[in-house]
Order: sequence, then structure tokens, then C-alpha cells
Amino acid sequence: MKSLEELMKLKEETLKKINLDSKKNGIRIVVGMATCGIAAGAKPVFSIIEEEVGKRKMKNVEVHMTGCIGICRFEPVVEVYASDGNKTTYVYMTEEKAMNVIDEHIAKGNIVYEYTIGAYEK
Amino acid sequence: MDGIKSYVLICGGANCTSAHKDEIVKKMKGKIKEVGLKTEVQVLPKGCFGLCEEGPIFVVYPEGVFYSHVQASDINEIVVEHLLNGRIVDRLLYKGIVGKNIVTSLNDSKIYKKQTRIVLKNCGVINPENIDEYIAYDGYMALGKVLTEMTSEEVVEVIRKSGLRGRGGGGFPTGLKWSFAAKAEGKQKYVLCNADEGDPGAFMDRSVLEGDPHSVIEAMAIAGYAIGGSQGYIYIRAEYPLAIKRLEIAIEQAREYGLLGENIFDSGFNFDVELRLGAGAFICGEETALIASIEGERGMPRNKPPFPAIKGLWGMPTILNNVETYANISQIILKGVDWFRSIGTEKSPGTKVFALGGKISNTGLVEIPIGTKLREIIFDIGGGIPNGKEFKAVQTGGPSGGCITSDHLDVEIDYETLIELGSMMGSGGMIVMDEDNCMVDIARFFLDFTVDESCGKCTPCREGTKRMLEILEKITTGNGEAEDLVKLERLAYVIKDTSLCGLGQTAPNPVLSTLKYYEDEYKAHVFENRCPAGYCHELIQYFVADDCKGCSKCVSVCPVGAISGVIKQQHTIDDDKCIKCGECLEICPFDIIIKK
Repeated sequence: MKSLEELMKLKEETLKKINLDSKKNGIRIVVGMATCGIAAGAKPVFSIIEEEVGKRKMKNVEVHMTGCIGICRFEPVVEVYASDGNKTTYVYMTEEKAMNVIDEHIAKGNIVYEYTIGAYEK
Repeated sequence: MDGIKSYVLICGGANCTSAHKDEIVKKMKGKIKEVGLKTEVQVLPKGCFGLCEEGPIFVVYPEGVFYSHVQASDINEIVVEHLLNGRIVDRLLYKGIVGKNIVTSLNDSKIYKKQTRIVLKNCGVINPENIDEYIAYDGYMALGKVLTEMTSEEVVEVIRKSGLRGRGGGGFPTGLKWSFAAKAEGKQKYVLCNADEGDPGAFMDRSVLEGDPHSVIEAMAIAGYAIGGSQGYIYIRAEYPLAIKRLEIAIEQAREYGLLGENIFDSGFNFDVELRLGAGAFICGEETALIASIEGERGMPRNKPPFPAIKGLWGMPTILNNVETYANISQIILKGVDWFRSIGTEKSPGTKVFALGGKISNTGLVEIPIGTKLREIIFDIGGGIPNGKEFKAVQTGGPSGGCITSDHLDVEIDYETLIELGSMMGSGGMIVMDEDNCMVDIARFFLDFTVDESCGKCTPCREGTKRMLEILEKITTGNGEAEDLVKLERLAYVIKDTSLCGLGQTAPNPVLSTLKYYEDEYKAHVFENRCPAGYCHELIQYFVADDCKGCSKCVSVCPVGAISGVIKQQHTIDDDKCIKCGECLEICPFDIIIKK
């Protein structure tokens, strides 16, 4: 890295690539994979999402692992950043629930309300 | 019908009837009777709800909870969980009711509302193993700005003015520490990161390193520029393998991009970071012991002064900051002093991350502006105490801290207020306790930890903590004597005053603070042979009260065969055999078993 301009350029390029804001048409799925998430069973959830998105050749869908989001009680946590910039937080995820989210939310755009944080938070 | 507290409405339509409704109603009534709720709950068959494909349907009032697809095997759970204990059975809820007006994003939830994320801003957002994503979120911009636009004196000045204080617990002003090291003379200067997180129940640093490792690496490079050092070490415990792996990946990627190494941003500034793994000794979180450990010596503290800023690693000027402190640096550089000072309090700007644990509904990490009230953390963000129990106290600062009672829930948390209350900020563990926790036992637990972790170099800590633990064990097993309380307090002050390092100086805090706020509990143990919280095994007894129905359920769950009696007659518990596991009390449908 030789200059700030070079860094800025890399930043802009990456922003275009990753589906993190509303400027992009894609969907970004992140799975909480810090020690806490993995202990609660995030690894198989991550694998099945990654595998399924690949198998179905879903374009503009990115799957990433991420760190601890801070809600240990709800792990494993999967968050979906939609193309409109809205985020959905799915909690207590399992492989089966992850498949439902892919079928309904990722493929058809219907949020699976009963898995979201609001359905569990008191 | 004054006594009725709940109504269970069961769909009486033909379709539901065909879905085994009759069997279900019968079973429900039976179970309600069995748990002694017969006079409080009424079961009413109702007309069709019009959702036959969801049947059989149950609606429980007054809550209006709507259960669908109820099977005979679900009845026990509804009765015990919902009707008896007041907890809704989520898995049976009619899914159509989870409507579109619920909160679907964590950011809109109650847990998040009162949080401010600076240190954790990237955690749970970016992929920690991909440097590009960190850069997309303004990563390394602060390092670029510092190296191309600022002098090292200006950097120290910005950090000093920001008022940032050490997040490892001591609260020493970070900018001041940096200025000492910047002025000190030395051939080489070192930048260290203390990632030796060891307090029971604390995991803030691990989460930052696993979720956003570059934020620490970038800040260390900035610190290196500020004090004139070119080498950094992150001292991290080997028990954090995932954090180590992600740090290694991050360091490798930063080197590839030329963000670590030589002539960074074409400024002539060189900086590199290496990891040093600790074996998990708590003492190595103390700065001079940590330095000794990096040097390859046994991890033991040294006398201060000289302070590390003047004479640290290999005798050279060294700064040592905690993970969380570093995670604030780049944002202070980018967003400025005024922005940082607008968060938190006058004396302690910014935020603090706490690891909420113990008897609390929402366990997890919370980042709040310093000055937030304890009540807001525990009840608004943490969701309060589960199972309808009463809040008793919260322990902060781990083995170096103390307890804060319900009388002080409205205190605004910062370094000074916690010390006034006899506790301390510590690294950020926050363990919530309810009415079932015995405070003498809590003190014993932490002392047990410090006795294990004392390095043995100085006598007050090595011998003194051991003697304190012996006294506490005497008290919790019912062998305490009046003079033990006097001895305990005197010993605590001697250890505090004469120990070499922070570990020993703060080790008596859990005892002193529980003695201060819960002296009556200590006295009950010593003078009445009684544990008011019903926790200390040697001091409690289980009885079967006189009106035992003789259902013999307790007999079947007792793991040691301590309960005897003929069916339908009074049962008794043999105290010599009883191991006080409490299984009988849990299962007794008539609440006849009493713990004293």
C-alpha cells in the first residue's frame, strides 16, 4: 500500500463487490462463527447454506462467516442483508430452518417471520 | 368464580374432534388436577375457530396465547410450562400469529436499542478473514491518515485529548501512557497488546479478535508511529485457538497489502506484529508479568517503577494496551476528538463492552456508553432475571472486583463510581446473581480462583489468600466461628496493602464487598448455621411436610435412595443419605417438600 488513494480505490471496489448496502442488487448472508456461534452449532448451518446456494446456482447471493454479534442466547444466528438494505436476523438456526430460509426468503423473497428475533424476544 | 386465573379454550368443532380432541381434553384436565391447578384453571370447549387445518387449537386466556396442532404428547408441557410456570411454549404457537409487524432485525430489537457500537461495530458484520471487507468499512484509513497527514506528536495529542482510558480495567489515560513512551529514550520501542483475558465470565477481547482482528493490528501500527516503535507483540492465551487463527490470517493479509512491513504508505515508517502465546496463567494479564513472559521468563510481576513506558520489554520503552482500548483508536483518529467526547461521561468518554452472564435472560456482549445506569443494562438490554426470580446483586471486575446490590442499580457506571461502591470496572465481566446465590459462596469461589492463580512471588498473596480461602470454606461448611469474621477482614486489608502486584492488591475485594453489603449472610452462616440463600449444602436440609399425599414421585427421582415411605402415606427423607440435589423438590406436585 503506497498511498491513501490506493486504499480508497480498494475500498470502493470492495464496496461494489460485497452486498453490504442498498446500491447493490444482491443478497448477503452472514453466519455468526465466533467461538460462541460454533459451539452452538453454526458450522453445519453455514455449510448447508453455502452448499445450497452453490447447488442452486443462486446469482448475487453471497455467503460469509462473521464474528460474534453479541447475542449469545440466540446462537446460532444468521443474518440476511437484502438488496434494499434491510437486514433480517434469524435466531436459533438449525440446518432444517436454514433450508426453509433459503426456500422462502432467499429464493422467493418472503421473510420467515417465525424464525426472526422478534418471534423469540420477550 | 374468584379463584380462576386462566381459561383454556379448546376448539369443539367436528374437524378438531376428529383430530383426537377428546383424548386431549381428558389428558389436559387430568394433568391440571395433578399439578394442583384444578381450582385455578378452567378448560372450556368452544365453537370452531375456523382454522380447522391448524387444529386441535388451544387458546389460553388471559394472555390470549394461541396454540395449534396440539398433540396429546404436548399436553404435559403446556400445563407445566405455561399454566404452572407462566412460560409460553414457543414451539406450539400458531405460526400465522407471528405477524409481519414483529421485529425482524436485531438492530430494532430491545437488546440493541440502548447500545452504541464503536469497538464492536464490525463484529458480526464483516468477514474477519477477509481484509478487503475491513477496508470497505474504512479499515486502515486511520493508519493512512496518520502516516501521510500527521506527526507522531499530533497523534499522541489526539488520543490524549480524546480522554480514552485503558479498557483493561485500570482506567489509566491512554494518551498519557503513549506520551511517556514517546518521550522516553531507547534504541527500540515496543507496542504490546494484552489479549490475556482471564476473568471468569469475560469474553470481550476474544470476540473482538475473532470478529475484527484488523482493528487491533491497525491501532498497534498507529501506536508504533506515535511512540516511535517498529515492533508489536500481541500476547494472547493459547486457549483462544480461533482468535489466534484469525489474527494470523489478518497479519498475513496486512503484510501482503504492505499495511505491515517496511515503508508503509510510502512514509518511511516500518512496523510489524507478531503473536506470543501465553499458557493461560491469570497473572500474565499483569503488565510486568506479561513482559517477563514474552521475554521467555517465568510469568511473574516485577517492581514498579520503573514503569514499562520507560523500561519495559527487554529494558526498552514499551506501551501495553488492552484489546478493547486499541479497538477504539482508529475511529478516534477518523471521527475526531469531539465525536468521541460526545459519547460517555466527561471523565470517561466513549463506550465499554460488558460480557453479561449469570442469572440474566439475554446473555451476551453489550457495548454501552460509559455512564449508563446498571438498571438499563440488566433490565432493558439484558431482559432481567429469568424464571421470575428476584435480582440480588451484580459482580463486576471478576476476581478483582466486588458486588453491587439492588440499592445501587441507578448508579451511572464509570471507573470512579464502581470503585466508590467497592467494586471496579475490570475488564468487563458482569455476572448477575439472583436470590438463590449465596454471597459467602461467591466470595469463596473468587478466592478459590485467586489462590490457584497467585504466582507465589510475594508472601501476602501466596499465603494470605490461601488463609482467607480456608476461613471461607470453614464458614460455608458450617464450622465458622465469631472470630473468623474479624480475622477475615483484617487479613483482607493486610493483603491489599502489602501485595506486590494488582492480583494480590485486589484479590480481597470480593470478600470485602460481600462483607460490607451482606454481613448478615456471613453472620447467619456463623451464628445460626444457616445459609439464607439455601445454597451451601452443609447448611441446608430437605424435609417432607406433614400433609404428604404419598404419591412417591420423589422416591423415583432420588438418585441416592434417601426417601422412604409407603404409597399414600407420609414419606420421609434420610438426611444422612441426602446429597441435597433438589430433584425431589422439583418434582413434588404438591409443593410439600421444603428446603431449609
